[in-house]
This record gives sequence, structure tokens and C-alpha cells, in this order.
Amino acid sequence: MIWFVAWRNVWRNKLRSLVVILAVALGLFGTLFMIALSNGMVEQKIDASINNEISHIQIHQPEFMQDQSLAFSLDSANQLEAEISAVPGIKTVCSRIKAMAMASTAVTGAGVMVNGIDPEKEKTVTEIYKFIIEGDYFESAGKSAPILISKKLATKLKAKIGSKIVITIQHTSGELVYGLFRVSGIYKTANTVYDEPNIFVKKTDLIALTGYDSSKASEIAILLDNVEQTDPVTDKLKTRYPALSVLPWKELEPILLALGSMIDQMSYFLLIIILFAMAFGIINTMMMAVLERTRELGMLMAVGMNKRKVFLMIMLETIFLALVGTFFGILISAVTIHYTGLYGINFAAWAEGYESWGFSAFVYPSLYLGFYIGMTVLVIITAIISSIYPAKKALRFNPAAAIREDA
Amino acid sequence: MSIITTTDLHKVYSETKIPVRALNGISILINEAEFTAIVGPSGSGKTTLLNMLGGLDTPTSGEVHINGTNITGLPSRRLIDFRLHNIGFVFQSFNLIPVLTARENVEFILQLQGVGKNERQKRAIELLEAVGLPDKIDNRPGDLSGGQQQRVSVARALASKPRFILADEPTANLDSKSTAELLDIMMKMNDQYKTTFIFSTHDSRVMERARRIITIEDGKVANDEMKS
Repeated sequence: MIWFVAWRNVWRNKLRSLVVILAVALGLFGTLFMIALSNGMVEQKIDASINNEISHIQIHQPEFMQDQSLAFSLDSANQLEAEISAVPGIKTVCSRIKAMAMASTAVTGAGVMVNGIDPEKEKTVTEIYKFIIEGDYFESAGKSAPILISKKLATKLKAKIGSKIVITIQHTSGELVYGLFRVSGIYKTANTVYDEPNIFVKKTDLIALTGYDSSKASEIAILLDNVEQTDPVTDKLKTRYPALSVLPWKELEPILLALGSMIDQMSYFLLIIILFAMAFGIINTMMMAVLERTRELGMLMAVGMNKRKVFLMIMLETIFLALVGTFFGILISAVTIHYTGLYGINFAAWAEGYESWGFSAFVYPSLYLGFYIGMTVLVIITAIISSIYPAKKALRFNPAAAIREDA
Repeated sequence: MSIITTTDLHKVYSETKIPVRALNGISILINEAEFTAIVGPSGSGKTTLLNMLGGLDTPTSGEVHINGTNITGLPSRRLIDFRLHNIGFVFQSFNLIPVLTARENVEFILQLQGVGKNERQKRAIELLEAVGLPDKIDNRPGDLSGGQQQRVSVARALASKPRFILADEPTANLDSKSTAELLDIMMKMNDQYKTTFIFSTHDSRVMERARRIITIEDGKVANDEMKS
């Protein structure tokens, strides 16, 4: 019956309770939505990096990461690819030839990373082909070798579809060589930092230009069935190829992990602030609720309601108040996060800023179930802590004096 | 058989600059099934005495024995439990729980005593019928008149089957008709259940019906009159 009375007491002053419920609900919604937004951005960033740029795992010669030149190559790349493909958990594998070079047009030039790829095989590992905004993905045949450049680089080089680009690169003999390419496609991912230096040419064209051994490759990129398998598969490959550098995405782009941790820390900080604000709001309301019921609480103690039950009643009232707010807060959050998670939010006005940091301006908020549960538990704990002061205040009432208080 | 005995009760409130002597050596004895009014002018010490008898306040010196138990020496937790099982309270301002119905208000005491749901409901309905409110069982206090609320208070006080009921100016907020009805009910309960009633009052209508009148003046018993 204490539970029943406490529940009824919550609705004694409907307006005041609704204000607190609304404050809790909105505070919770604000926090959860902000966290979902940050979470979504980071998840998208990680997904985009894995799917468009680095894949789950890369294999190189150990020196390659320090000096990205043709000198550090993987021998028998095709055989290596075949062996790696057979490892459980691995979805697809492809090899690339990579080297630093200079790309020039008649107007200007820029330092680039040339990716010599097998276009069809590359499709199975990265999704660059999905980001073509002009031209095509190595589909049209022409006299000159096709090259795929980013929108950012195209703007910088003042190049367009059909423009000639001269690639200056070191030949395997050590000499500098020049190759003429024609822009066949322009791509644009959400990460302009990645876009700007990366250009794609056919592996065969790069081999022809540099004299590179066709049985070799600079890197092997691996896409897994799912991201959770990164560590076990990495360990397996490290054991199998101890002389090679096997790097998971976390080591290839450590900033991605740091970003995740930073967002987590910010979320917790935001959470603490919101919970504090919530606690003070609840304390204030419950203090009012207790003080305006001095006579009634005095009566309850006079007729034999012990302190433990009085304390429990006030605590339950606080918890109910917070729980109703939490219910609505989570309901609004879940619906909004689910909807925006499906259809996304377009921050087009800030797209340039977002993309210059490697984030998509189209954000899909995301929050896992555990966070909702954790948040509910935290609000209940906050409510319990918040109820202590008003409840203790009620216990200090002298029943004889409290009964005679003016209503 | 005596149910309440007070021995040389003194109460001095020292919180103010000048200490206030509310009780100045009160020794009384109240027997079972009495219908007693404690009367006296404002500030005479009626309410203080009632609070001592109800274990809501502690005397500066002296003792209160209820049914053989010295309640002045009981620790707070046991005193609350003692009140729950031995004393019923009726207050001047009714003090019902506004969010509960009449039945739930009566049941609440029984619930505190740990009585089962079915028995609680049965007893609450019986008592509300006994105080003449069979049709107001599911009404909340806000839907009841002052007289009806005070009758619910009496039912609530009787619910725990107390040794005695303390009523602090129970008719102060009631009109003549409601006062008469309330006194009729309390006398009926006194006769029927042999429950001891002790009132503090300066309402002449209550004094007329009381069987014993203890007059307090300046914290002392000025007169103790038993009506025939």
C-alpha cells in the first residue's frame, strides 16, 4: 500500500509533477539524442574508413608504412591473396600497388598517392565505385589510360572528365618517369582528407609505367565478415606471416579509436551534467512536496508509520516521478533516434566543415539498447540519491508539532 | 481497571528565551472505557498533556504508564510501534490522506499493522458503516464534508483496535449538527467496543456529553469531575 500511496502522491499536484516529468524527459531526450548523434557520426566514420579507405586489415612489408614506395613489396601477391582468402572470417581480399607521385595538369600539380587497382576486384573490398559523381568507374575505353580522381583534387588541378593528367613517378629502376592519363571518373566520399591525395589507376597501367613486377603488390586489403572478427583474424594472420606487417584498422587509423573514446568521454561528461541538473530539479520538487505535507507526514508518524516506511514512501514517490519522466524521455528518444537513424539528418549547411574532418554531413544517429537500459538505471540511481535529502527532512519532523502546522 | 497513569508530569519548553512551563506536575489516572474530556483555557497545557499521553512528546520529568508500560522510557522505534497498536488518534483538522478514499484511509492503519488485504477491507467497510458512511466508502476526503471527514477519522482511529483514542479538539472545525452526530458515534463506540476516549476540548457541547471532565489550568489539574 506504501507503493500505492506513493504513486497517488505523485499525482497530487499534477502540474508540478508534469513539469518535473517533462524536465526529466527532455533532459534525457537531449542527452540520448546528442549521444546517438555523436555515436552515429563516429560509427559512420569508422564504417566509411573501413569500407572506402583502409578495409579491416592490411598486409604490407614492415618498411612500407614508413616509406610508401614501390621498393617495399609483397612477393607472390596472387598466391598470398589465395591463401588469405581461405582463412575463416575473411570475406574478400584484394591487392594494390601503391606509390607516392606527382599529378600535374596544364595549370598546376599536386602530390598524390597512386593506387594501382584491379577495378573489379577492388569493388569487392572498397566502395569507391559508389562515390563516382562524374564520369564512370573505369568503364569507358579510351586511347589514354583512365584515372579516377577526387572532386577535391579535380578542383585543385582544375581538371574535369576527359582532362589529361601527367603522373610523375619513380620507376623501379630509380628513374623518374611520366605517364599520361585521362580523367575518366571523379569521385567524392564524405572524407575530403582522404579524397584529396588518393587517385586510382588500373594496376596494369601502373605496372606498364613503373616496370613493377606484376607478381608483386604493395598491400593486401582484407574485408572481414564482420568487424568483431578483426582481432582474432589479425592474430591468426600475424602468426601465419610473422615477417609481414599485419595491421588491423585500429592501428592503421588509431584516430578512429581515439575519436570513439573521446565521444564516449564527452557523452559521459554530458550525462553527468544532465543527471546533476535532474537531481537538483527532483530535490527541489520533492522538498516542496514534503514541506507542503508537513501536517500529513506528522499525522502518519503519529499514528504509527515508522521512519523506514516514511523514508520509503518519499523515495518511491521520487523514483516514480523520475521513472515516468524516464519512460517518456526514452520513448521520445527511441522513436526519434530510430526514425532519424533510418532516414538520416542532413547537415548540408555545415557539410564542408564536417567533410574536412572526415565526417559525413548526412548523419544517422544510432544508440544500442544497452545504453537505454544503462540510462534508466542511472536515472533511478539519481532519483534514489535525490530522494535522500527530502526524505531525511521528513524524518526530522516532530509529529506533535507537524500535526499542528498550518495547511 | 486503569489504562493510563501519569505520575508528576512536568514539561518545560526551553527553546524560547524564557522557558515555558506547559505541565507542572500532573498526576492522573484514566480507567478503561472512560469518556473523558480534558478542558481548560488556551495555553493551559491540554494539548501538551494529550501529546504526552499519546507518546508524541516526552515529559521533562515524570512518567506515563499505559497498560503497565512506561512509554516515557521507550526508544523512538518501539514508541511508534506502541502507538500503532495501542493508541488511536483523531485530530482537529481530520488529517486524512487526501489521495486515498475513505476506505483506503481506514485500511492504511491496518496495512501498517500488517493485516491481510481481505480482513483490512472487511474491517474498513464495517467501521465506515458503523460511523454512518456506508455510501461514502469510495469517496476521497475532498468529496466529503468536515463532519464526514471527522467520522472517517474516528473509523481510522478505531481500525487498529486501540486501547484508547486521543482526540485533540475533534469538534473545533465542525458545525453543531456534525458535532452532535460525531459525539453520538463516539459514545456508541465507547459503549459498543468499550474503547476509552480522551478529548482535549473547550467545546461546551463535548463537555456536556463527557462522563468525566479534567480541568487543566497553568499546567496543573485544577479540577477532576466524574459525572454520574
